[in-house]
Amino acid sequence: MARKTQIHAEDGKQELTITREFDLPVDLLFKAYAEAGIVEQWMGTKVLKLESRKHGSYAFETSDPQGNVVFRANGVIHDFVPNEKIIRTFEMENAPFGPQMEFLEFEKRTDDTSKLTIQIVYRSVALRDQMLQLPFAQGLNMAHNRLQEIVNQLK
Amino acid sequence: MNLRRDVFQAIADPTRRAILLLVASQSMTAGAIASNFDTARPTVSKHLQILTECELLEQEQNGREIYYHFNAGKMKEVADFIEPFRNMWDDRFNKLETIMKNYKPEK
Repeated sequence: MARKTQIHAEDGKQELTITREFDLPVDLLFKAYAEAGIVEQWMGTKVLKLESRKHGSYAFETSDPQGNVVFRANGVIHDFVPNEKIIRTFEMENAPFGPQMEFLEFEKRTDDTSKLTIQIVYRSVALRDQMLQLPFAQGLNMAHNRLQEIVNQLK
Repeated sequence: MNLRRDVFQAIADPTRRAILLLVASQSMTAGAIASNFDTARPTVSKHLQILTECELLEQEQNGREIYYHFNAGKMKEVADFIEPFRNMWDDRFNKLETIMKNYKPEK
């Protein structure tokens, strides 16, 4: 499958941009971000709370098969315009990274295609670089074969 | 947070970077590597151990001597360090797309 997701992270900047085109109408793409039950499916995390509205907040939690919480994150929603944009903060709990600012823009391309642009702003350049390395260092994405190999080597 | 020992940690240290540069030019024994540094021998050994654990260096037994080789393939992964981040998002978005293609609104 063609890799459709692009990451743009300029040297020395404390932000990065993720872009992706979907074979989905923009309203379905937006729904995947707005409805807790759907977020749970594709993010692979439990959604404790998701108030999809301006000034709402949200909380995610992931447990391992033994029931230990391995990941918790939360944030507040600054702006919420259906099929157009979500502006929110995101912060991992019990991690030294602090909150990040996320600007999500949903765009209609055709009736059946859409584009998502996520701009993430971190507190510092060092923090952004650290976040970029996180999946590499920790193997968050266990599904991907190449990363799986690296993780096995690091064990 | 307990971060796993990884290549980024390995190359964060200036002595370890110097060791990598040295070994990249030719395979060397621990003694030969240590002779290039003012640092105490056990300290150099610790650096070699970390670099070996991260597979930036590989050991090869040659008679009674152990030679350290530079593993260029592992270094390439450092150059590509953004790839796992992109793959993580790509996988997530692929899943999102599949789920929403099969989405049936509840009536």
